Formats: sequence, C-alpha cells, structure tokens
Amino acid sequence: MALESLTSASATELASALQAGETSALELTEACFDAIAAHNPTINAVITLCEESALAEAKAADLQLSAGTAGPLTGIPLLHKDIFCTRNVATTCASKMLTNFIPPYDATVVSRLQAAGTVMLGKTNMDEFAMGSSTETSVFGVTRNPWNLNCVPGGSSGGAAAAVAAGFAPLSTGTDTGGSIRQPASLCGITGLKPTYGRVSRLGIIAFASSLDQAGPMTRTVEDAALMLQAMSGVDAGDSTSADLEVPDFTAGLNQPIAGLKIGIPKEYFSHNLDPRVAEKIHEALNALVKEGAELVDIELPHTEQGIATYYIIAPAEASTNLSRYDGVRFGHRCDNPLNLTDLYERSRSEGFGEEVQRRILVGTYALSAGFYDAYFKKAQQVRRLISEDFQKAFERCDVIAGPAAPGTAFELGAKSDDPLAMYLEDIYTLSVNLAGLPGLSIPAGLIDGMPVGLQLIGRSFDETTLLRMGHRFQLCTDHHQAKPTLAGVNP
Amino acid sequence: MSWEVVMGLEVHLQLATKSKIFSGAANQFGAEPNVQACAVDLGMPGMLPVLNSEAVRYAVMFGLAIDARLGTRSVFDRKNYFYPDLPKGYQVSQFFEPIVCEGEFEIPMEDGSLFPVRITRAHLEEDAGKSVHDAYTGQTGVDLNRAGTPLLEIVTEPDFRTAAQAVAYLKALHSLATYLGISDGNMAEGSMRCDINISLRPTGSDEFGTRTEIKNVNSFKFVEKAIAIETERQQDVLESGGTITQETRLYDADKNETRAMRSKEVANDYRYFPEPDLLPIIIDEEYIDAVRSALPELPRIKRARFISEYALSQYDAALLVDTPTLANYFETAATQSKAPKLTANWILGDLAGALNRDSLQIHQSPVSADSLAGLIVRIADDTLSSKLAKQVFEGLWQQEGTADAIIEARGLKQVTDTGALEAMVDQVIEDHPDQVTQYRAAEENKQKKLLGFFVGQVMKASKGQANPQLLNTLLVAKLRSS
Repeated sequence: MALESLTSASATELASALQAGETSALELTEACFDAIAAHNPTINAVITLCEESALAEAKAADLQLSAGTAGPLTGIPLLHKDIFCTRNVATTCASKMLTNFIPPYDATVVSRLQAAGTVMLGKTNMDEFAMGSSTETSVFGVTRNPWNLNCVPGGSSGGAAAAVAAGFAPLSTGTDTGGSIRQPASLCGITGLKPTYGRVSRLGIIAFASSLDQAGPMTRTVEDAALMLQAMSGVDAGDSTSADLEVPDFTAGLNQPIAGLKIGIPKEYFSHNLDPRVAEKIHEALNALVKEGAELVDIELPHTEQGIATYYIIAPAEASTNLSRYDGVRFGHRCDNPLNLTDLYERSRSEGFGEEVQRRILVGTYALSAGFYDAYFKKAQQVRRLISEDFQKAFERCDVIAGPAAPGTAFELGAKSDDPLAMYLEDIYTLSVNLAGLPGLSIPAGLIDGMPVGLQLIGRSFDETTLLRMGHRFQLCTDHHQAKPTLAGVNP
Repeated sequence: MSWEVVMGLEVHLQLATKSKIFSGAANQFGAEPNVQACAVDLGMPGMLPVLNSEAVRYAVMFGLAIDARLGTRSVFDRKNYFYPDLPKGYQVSQFFEPIVCEGEFEIPMEDGSLFPVRITRAHLEEDAGKSVHDAYTGQTGVDLNRAGTPLLEIVTEPDFRTAAQAVAYLKALHSLATYLGISDGNMAEGSMRCDINISLRPTGSDEFGTRTEIKNVNSFKFVEKAIAIETERQQDVLESGGTITQETRLYDADKNETRAMRSKEVANDYRYFPEPDLLPIIIDEEYIDAVRSALPELPRIKRARFISEYALSQYDAALLVDTPTLANYFETAATQSKAPKLTANWILGDLAGALNRDSLQIHQSPVSADSLAGLIVRIADDTLSSKLAKQVFEGLWQQEGTADAIIEARGLKQVTDTGALEAMVDQVIEDHPDQVTQYRAAEENKQKKLLGFFVGQVMKASKGQANPQLLNTLLVAKLRSS
C-alpha cells in the first residue's frame, strides 16, 4: 500500500490491506507516528503519545493477522480524546487540575476498543473538561484546523477531529455533550457520530454533564463509524444509564437503499443564525439524497431557540457538582501551602480550573441555589421534556431529520474567545439532540472557501442504523468525505 | 410558666449489606484506614455509582414493617457540600422522592402502654467517610472506609414529649432493625446515630417554638442527657426573655453541654437535584409481595403472641421480644418447662442480672435455654425452694451440669416428706421446752415472731432443705396442739 494511503485511507480500506498482507499493523502504526511527528507540532491535536505500547500492540495485532484470528479493527491505529481514562497513561481533560492524574483503570470504551484489536497511539487535545466549541481552552494550548491553521478545529473534541483530518489516525474517540463530536467533525471535514444516550458506556469517561454526555466515533467514513460504534456499544454493568438493549449489526444494513425514507427538514434550523452559504451546501446535500429516493418533509422543532438556554442551565448545573471532587484533597492540582481548609479549596480550584470551567461552575451553582432552583433548573427540565416531545412528534412524519451541524465554517482563532454567548451559539443545531438523548451524525457536505461544512442527520432513539445507512448512501453518491486538507503551511 | 418539650428524631441506620450502596467494596467496620474504599468510593474521575439492590430490599423491609406507604418510584438526589471526608463533593441521597413514605410505629412503654410515633419518611443514602482530628497535630486524617456505607435515614414527626419516649423509640427501632437483620444497630460503632430536633412551648399551646437540632448523639444515655440539658438551656433562654436561634448544636458528652456549631458549618445550601448517574428505583407489587412474604415475625406481632400464648404482661413481653435471640431463648425454655410465667421471671430476673454482672449478651449465656428449663421444672414441681433454686442456678452458671445433676451432687433436694419433717419438728420442740412455753403464752401477733425461731432450728437441722410451706404448717399445728 502506498505510504500516502496509510495516512488517508479509511479504517475499512486499511483493514482490507492488513488482511491481504499489503501492509502490516507495525508499518501502519509507524506511518501514523511519522505523520504526527511531522505535523503535530503545528496542529497540536495530540497531547500524549504512547509509542512504546502502540508498537507492542501493533506487533501483537500482526501476529493475530497472520494467525487468521483478526477482527475487523485488529491493527487499526486509534487516538483517544483525553477525557477517556487510560490505565497508566495520563488523563488530563486538558486541565491544569488533572495534569498529574494517571488513572489506575481504563474507561469501558477504551477496554472494548482494545479488545477489538485497535492500536492506541495516544491522547488528543480538547477544550478543558470538554467545555467549549473551539479547543482553545486547553492547558496544552490551542489545536489548529488542518484546513486553515488560523482557524479553530471546533470543539470540544477538536484534537480528535483535527487528528483524523490531518492523517494522524483513521479513528478517534470523542465525546459529545452538546455537539462536541458533531461540530468539530463538521469544521474539520470528517465523520462524527453521537450515539443515542445510553448506547455507549460512560464508565471511565470524566464527567461533564452526566445526563447529556455520550461517547462516539470520529472517523473518515460512515462505514468506519459503524465499525467503531459496533465495538464501543452495549450495556455495561458499571454504568446504570447504559441501555440494556441488544446491539444491532451496524454494518449489515449499510448498503441498503434509502428510497422511500422520509427526511424531515426543520425550518428552525435554517433561520437567521445560519450562514446562507452553509444553507446552500445543506440543500445541495439534501438534493443528492433525494436523487437516491429519499423524500423531504417540512417539520417543526418549535423549541429549538429555547434549547440553548435549557442546555446552558442543565449542563452547567450537572457540571458544577461533577467537578466538586476536584478539591485538592485526594488527586489533581493542590495549591502550595494552604492556610486552612477553605484556602485549600479556593486556591486549588481557582488555580486548577480555567476561566470557562469556572464560569460554568458558577452558572450551574447559581441555577441550583435555593430560591432559584424552580425558576432555572426545574424550568429547564420542563423545557427539556418539551424538546423531546418536539422530536417525537416530528418523527411521526419522518425517519431522519436533517440540517446543518454548525451555523458556519471554522472561525478564526480567538474570534469568539471573549464572547461566550457567540461561542455557545455554535451548538445551536446540536445541543437539543443531546437534550432529547437522540443519535446525531455529522458528515462532510462540501467546502466553502476551502473550509468544510457538515450535514447533520438526526435519528430516532436507538436507531443509529438508519442514520448510518443514509450517511453511507450519501458517501457512496458524493465524494465530499474524500476531500483532504493539503496541510499547506504545516511543517515541515 | 410550665413548658412542653416537642421533639422529632432523625435516625441514621447503617444497613448491614455485604458491599457498599454504590460500589463493590466491602461494608465492614474496623478495618485499617482507607483499605475498604474503591475508586467509586474515592470519587475518582470517571467512576459511576451502581445501586446495591440489597440496600433497596432492606429499605422496603423496613417500610413494610412499619406499615408505611412505599414510594413505588423513588429517586436519588445529590446533596452538594464540600468536606474532605465527602470525596465527590456531594452525597447521594433521596430528597424529593424517598423510598419509604408515611408510616406508624407503636412503641411499648415501661408502664405497659403503647406510644404511637408517626414516621414521616425513610430514605436511602450513602454515608460519608470519617475525619480524624485528634490523631495528628495541626492536621486532619481522612478515612474513607465508611464512605458509601448504605444508610437508611428515618425521620419522625414531632411526636415526642419526653426523653423516655425518645429513648423507647430508639430502643424499639434498634430492636426492629435487629429482627429484620438489616442493621447491627451498634451505636458505639456508629451503626445507629441520632439527630434530635427539639423545641419548647408553653404547656397548652398548639404552636411550635423555634427548634434546634442536636447532631449525632450516639448512645441511649447521651440522648437522655442531651435532651435534658438542651431543655434546660432553652428554658433558661426563654424565661429570661430571650429567643431561641434555629441552629445545629453538638452535644459534648464530656462537658454535658450542647453548643452551637459554627454558622459556617451549617449555613449550607445543599443545591439538591436529581442524581443523573442513577435511574429511579421502581418497585412493583410483585417485588413488594416477595419481600413481605420473606419478613420474619416482627416484634409487635411476637409481643402480642407472647401475651396471648404465654399469659405474659405487656411489659414482660416487650422486654422478652427485644432481640430475636432473647425471644427464642424464652420460647425454648418456656416450651420445655411448661411454666412460661416462671420462666419469664427467671430470665428477666436472675439470668439478666448475672449476664449484666459479667457483661455478657444473651447469646453468650453460660446457661442454655434447655438448662434453665431443667431448673424451672424442679421449681414448679416443688423439688426446689426459691432459695435452693438460686444455688442450683449458680451451679448452672458454673456449668456443673444439668439442674438435676447439681441437685443430686450438692444434695439440695427440698425435704417434702411429711414423716421426715415431722420427726425433725418433734425433736426441736422437745429440745426447746422454754421457748415452747413462751410461744404458747404469747398473743397471736407475737407468736408469728416466735415461730421464726423454730423455723430456723428445723432449717438448720434439715440443712436448709425443708420445704418452707410444709414446715410452717407442721410447726403451727404441733405448737398449738400439745
């Protein structure tokens, strides 16, 4: 296999090449590390490298390949977002608070992907504690968008998206609380899937907002996403909120036609917030799906606007208590020479958490306070129910809902750093999907001025199968997912 | 002015499940610090709670035992506050929708009456760890072994008016927990801890006064003392024209005083909200029926049965059903001796006294229920006088053998043979002519006194084995006749 293909091919293609003996897991792993060595100093997508263990895993994978005991992901290189606990490997959430944290356990997702034979190359950069839409709040510095180094990759799984786009690894894990897989996938021109809440275990994933967090695959194709989701999914006795449902074979139905499937178009997703050039790309994409036999239906999601306020009460409320454990007592950052207990708490947390994290802790604490609970948190829970009902009603008329994944293409570094509300609007099309617990897929739908645009497909609860089928059909009839950044201006 | 004390109690009962409420770590008291805390108990990043279904079963057992309404859908909430022995910075508890709702609990009082206590609610939660302040100078140690221990917090209505009622309630609760096997109820080890909400109001008033809450009182004796001292304090404040501040106070057993906790420690806004890491607990009729059918005989049922089946007083029955072990001991002994009332008297009298003297529990008694029954049988059939019986009991306590064997070995058989006793009486009368004359000359009320001399002489001759009633009859007859 050509060296260039090793860092641009899909996992499915690489798996065929491995099975056919056209390359080895070791060669593939080394090619990935070479790409990382060449371009990561500029892009800063990867913050921890595990070369030694990765090479050992690759050799073990090669033995399996030659013994004929390999599975579909054996020997495929993979990066984990640094929010997944990895045994004996630093897990920081890109926060000063956890720069010294080395977990003695693997997240369920990590052990499942390891059991599937993947080779873990390292950990990717992210917004601190997954709070952000630009990967600019990391203590390890910003990650740059491989399509334009002056732009953000999106976030919070920006390191993962940039890494897959830049050829560092064909597969990467991400987490999505309000759009953190789909928005960076959109901005970096890759495929990103947020599964239904409960599809993938949250055990070992550092919590941001427990009722919204969900891990998912970030890949070069929908087919790869199906493969990876297969390995990640399923009930986990260690996560009470993981769904005790049989996991379907996600790859089996991929090639089925989409003729007759109804696609709901919510008018609220094409309002004044949306860059008209993005709207145009989305309509082009929808036309391609119509040509494949899908039918468009106008639908309404009337509480879309309220979704932002709802999300920015519920997510910070949960975060404010999830992050209480970082108190300087047992692990994580501890201030020097605390005067007393209060001083220990105040300084450890003020020094350990960045500005956005502190902002959300304050907002969440306020929303849960005595006297404000009913007006904020309780009200937000009620609106959350209305948002769910909107989707349920819409899905009576369609099989999939389509729209943009983000209101625009990647913006310049720093452009929204001083305006949290503008930053929060980045998630306007994604966060209500989290509030409703539904699966959402972002796939490349073309370029505007050389920057990628993502089409978002939203599915019924636990119906990732239909989403993947439609996404795969789109990638069979278009070639947007094959566009690659030139890495112009990237070292060397 | 006379005052009425109004109290409500909150009891934290540690549930005796094998593992913790949300993790697989062992739930045991007394291990080396921090060896029984796993990643979940330590609140490590990414760790999630998984509910222990045994804790739910224990809570439902308790709810059924007090005829409470059960929350068919109950929810865990986070109670947020910072403290070093609270690893996650929040305690998982049930605030909005508890598993056990309103119930009623009848408490047997010493005078034989039943005192009804209304239970407001009981909910499941996790215990915190322990801060150890006295082991290090200028530093505090944290032991997280206790973190995640399942607790049932049982809250009453403000139904108590006296310390005696409060203590009786706690004892009854302790007894119930032991019966159900849901807690060892060991107050010294903190398995049962009590908070007392207490206020005063002028006698006759039906409005509540401002209350204080006394935290973590950990023995029946301290509950009594804390109530007395806090009542006195509030009375002093009110009678000198002051007002009571609603606050949390600590009872200091060494100084026998209550004092306010620093306001900083209590002015907490706990920011309760539903715990998103756990699903609601749903219990259906089928589950409830299964738990109900596996319930043991409850103290109140057993008490009623003892009264009707063995003709015991309300008070004796209440004492005997205190623990299942004691109740079983009684039933075994009473069935064998066929003299339940006498058996009850011996268990609550001599046996309880001896156990108390040697600081033993009933299950450690050197005298088994079988042995005691052997003794009771010989009292009932007049073989032993109560005086001799005490000697035999001593022999049983020393484990010298069965009652019959001890009677034989020590030669303690009561002389009930009329012929033999008559001979002894005749001999004594013959040997003491002066006293006989004196007796016969005396008035009736003086005769009674003089009779004692003859009884003593015959007892001496019989080595104490003469049957006292028989001896009396014979003596009086003989002294009168000649």
